[in-house]
Amino acid sequence: MLTASAILTDGLVYAAYLFIVAVGLTLIFGVMKILNVTHGSFYAFGAYGAATAVGIYTNGDWNAALGFVFMLGLAMAIGLIMGIILERGLLRLVYGKDEVVIVLVTYATFLILEDVIGLIWGTQSYGAYQPMISAGNIEIGELVLSNYDIVLVVIAAAVAFAAYWSLKYTRYGRLLTTVIYDRETAAAFGINVTLVYTVTFLIGAALGALGGAVMAPKISVTLGIGVEVIVLAFAVVAIGGMGSIEGALVGALIVGICRAAAVHLMPQIELFVVYGVMALVLVARPYGLFVRAQPRKI
Amino acid sequence: MQAGAQWVGGLLLLVAAAAAPFLPNWVVSLATIAFANALVVLGLVVLWRVGLVSFGQALYYCIGAYAVALMGRWIGFTDAIALVLLGGIVAGLTAAGIGFLLARYREIFFAMLSLALSMILYGVLVKTESLGSTDGFSVLTPTFFGYAPHGAQLSRALYWLTLAIDAIAALFVGLYFRSVAGALAAPIRDNEIRVEFLGVSVTSIIHTKVVIAGVLGGLGGALAAMTIGHVDPAMAYWTTSGGFVFVTVLAGSGYVAAAFIGSLVFEVVRSFAVDVMPQLWQMTLGSVLLLTILFLPEGLGSLVSRLKRRVMKPGTAP
Repeated sequence: MLTASAILTDGLVYAAYLFIVAVGLTLIFGVMKILNVTHGSFYAFGAYGAATAVGIYTNGDWNAALGFVFMLGLAMAIGLIMGIILERGLLRLVYGKDEVVIVLVTYATFLILEDVIGLIWGTQSYGAYQPMISAGNIEIGELVLSNYDIVLVVIAAAVAFAAYWSLKYTRYGRLLTTVIYDRETAAAFGINVTLVYTVTFLIGAALGALGGAVMAPKISVTLGIGVEVIVLAFAVVAIGGMGSIEGALVGALIVGICRAAAVHLMPQIELFVVYGVMALVLVARPYGLFVRAQPRKI
Repeated sequence: MQAGAQWVGGLLLLVAAAAAPFLPNWVVSLATIAFANALVVLGLVVLWRVGLVSFGQALYYCIGAYAVALMGRWIGFTDAIALVLLGGIVAGLTAAGIGFLLARYREIFFAMLSLALSMILYGVLVKTESLGSTDGFSVLTPTFFGYAPHGAQLSRALYWLTLAIDAIAALFVGLYFRSVAGALAAPIRDNEIRVEFLGVSVTSIIHTKVVIAGVLGGLGGALAAMTIGHVDPAMAYWTTSGGFVFVTVLAGSGYVAAAFIGSLVFEVVRSFAVDVMPQLWQMTLGSVLLLTILFLPEGLGSLVSRLKRRVMKPGTAP
């Protein structure tokens, strides 16, 4: 019983983290048809930005809640700045090329940014665990939970709700849905697709950085953290269906619970299980769980 | 034209082989690794011609390498030639199996699914304590029909073996490119459905290409394992695949020889860059990749065709 509830809570926390990272990736793919490898860099920059912010506010003896908001704010600001530089400075030049070529462009950018991290923050690793400690623990029955993990789940739920609500009920969200459905028709109806692209990329970049920021207190912020997260986010997005927000949510939950189950029951298959589940889902549904059938065009 | 290119290739090969005794040992080893990796790149070129990129080619590379290493570990078998063939066969069989799944996918879905498959292997190897987990384990010193060289002689023997395998692979891939199935690559890339209307199964052509690329990946991995003398799970990690993709884009899909030259240039630049400015190595890599995509989308090989066009039509503006 304890194991079951531990699997469920661990899985939920892990799924929350996966969702925050994957939702930006799937949003960018849905709108722009770009599989953005640079998302791993956004994550890494977010984590480093958060670590820097934690350093500032622990030295300045700030209030913990204020510090936490500052940490998330700084990371997302970094994400926005990087997003605008990348989209306006580089991706704009390659729109209209093969999707695979654009993947390679973002891969190249990812490689460059990996070294930029080293140049800015050096090769040492950073600990940003203060928010985690000041949040404290809570006991529910026999289960000890970190309050920080609960905050993480709440943030993920808020992101999911905000994405759902804004796509459904705001003007920008409706425009976005149109562009996702058919870019050319949307442009023909006078929607400024270029602007929609830029805004979407910025939101995606900020979400990637947010993912790094919320995870920073739970991990050791060190070189190469973006490398692993990018393939994990790919797996989540592929399971759910590329470009689908609800797919990212379901994909994150599946991967999160499966991985937590593996950690508790069979630790030796922990890494394998994520990609194993992905391969299984793709065998049954080649383009993921939540994806519209695409007509073949001659 | 094509025969001429083969003669030039053969001549270059002989020069490369004859130079070995006069080169320092580390150069020979470097070249061996480069030419072993070139086989993987050649496999990616086969796929790249239909517009497919595999971000998981390290899967076959790692399978080939581990096949060699495990044969040594389990039954003490060390014959280099048999081991290389074994690596190619095991990887080829794996590719044939997962090809049934993979050949249904195109574009980034193909890239991502191959990535996931290589990460499965990585995940399994990392968690397998009996195979040294993340540290991997060492490969027994290879022998050649009972002849067991050491030191510089061993390096040279492996170098010559690699060149021989390269030559055979280049010949066969060249033949394949000129066969009907190979010639259909560009039409498939442009418009798959029209090719199907010709009465050709695109899926089975792509399946064949996946197997060819798998065999080449396995051969490359087997040769690399014997040259390095060590295998570890990082051989299956996606960044390894990324390196191969990098060389493929750099070399372009126009020429078979471009894969070998591209791979050699890559290894040379890498060994110097890692030595001189290790903290800027990935940045160099990324910048070169970006510049290639933006300004030389057909790869370095296209420089040769441009040059040729200029030589063939003197007097006309380029």
